[in-house]
Amino acid sequence: MIIHLATLLAFQLLGEVTSRGLGLPLPGPVIGMALLFISCVIWPRLAKTIAPTTTVLLAHLSLLFVPAGVGVVGHLDKFGSDGAALGVAIIGSTVVAITVGALTFVGLRKLTGASHD
Amino acid sequence: MTEFAEIWTYLSTDPLLWLTLTLAAYGAGDALFKASGRKPIVNPVLIAVAFLAVLLQITGTSYATYFAGAQFVHFMLGPATVALAIPLYANLNHIKKAALPMIAALFAGSLAAMFSAVGIGAALGLDTDILLALIPKSATAPVALGVSEAIGGSPSLTAVFVITTGITGAIIATPLLNLLGISDWRARGFAVGVASHGIGTARAFQVNETAGAFSGVGMGLNALLTALIAPIIAGWLLG
Repeated sequence: MIIHLATLLAFQLLGEVTSRGLGLPLPGPVIGMALLFISCVIWPRLAKTIAPTTTVLLAHLSLLFVPAGVGVVGHLDKFGSDGAALGVAIIGSTVVAITVGALTFVGLRKLTGASHD
Repeated sequence: MTEFAEIWTYLSTDPLLWLTLTLAAYGAGDALFKASGRKPIVNPVLIAVAFLAVLLQITGTSYATYFAGAQFVHFMLGPATVALAIPLYANLNHIKKAALPMIAALFAGSLAAMFSAVGIGAALGLDTDILLALIPKSATAPVALGVSEAIGGSPSLTAVFVITTGITGAIIATPLLNLLGISDWRARGFAVGVASHGIGTARAFQVNETAGAFSGVGMGLNALLTALIAPIIAGWLLG
């Protein structure tokens, strides 16, 4: 468990160093995710070893957004007189993006004859 | 006997209280979510955030004091993002088979998110500086904030839009995708990750493991694409 967590943190650290060192537009944890993924492809045992810890962590992923969410509440006044327009823009564009993304995926899958599984 | 006020003075500034309350509020939200028969509108993040925000207001506690405790939870976002590699790897065969649909859906979903936000916002008369802050709202928070700053938006305003977008996606995804009749977990998860980053991904994992894995990929790829394309859209807006 501790070793698993240390592994995740080490990859995050590696991602952070890579991001800053190379001036990449991606945050450290996202690069760390890519590096861990590549490492798992090279050493499949790594994925099997840390899976019990990552499963627990990801099952409660929602919880980790609560502190940032609470911070947002203090800034809701920034919506001010634009509140309704912003609400429509955010909800509307989220509906559009999910719809377009999912329909494109399914459309291309049918076009390329990939399996439905 | 110690006065309650004295105990409160100690507790209210100690990280322990707010850390405990953050976990308890989320636990309560999650219990309500399960009791509702897992209705997406009963979103545990939204419930916990609302409860804690009201509590901070009532007790006159600053966000800085709250965050001194809650930062331990917040910190775990980093390793949790790294951990997304594992379900991604477990779904490697699925991903290989769906490479082309994924790339197409990434571009379509990401551009739809940015253009529709700016388009709807402009049509409703929002100022350019607010539109700039809206562009990267579907990307994961650290990328969105960096992009917003780079294109001349307000990062703190973008932070509000990012979280609001995430919660919106988590709530509407299931009913919307059911309405569209899309049953492919890969398509469902991927579209949600592209449109509503980590909060959408967290929701996807509650529904289906494959959807969660694809959502994580969508989130990661959209972070990259947003960083590349948002400056171009911002250029058009300002030009």
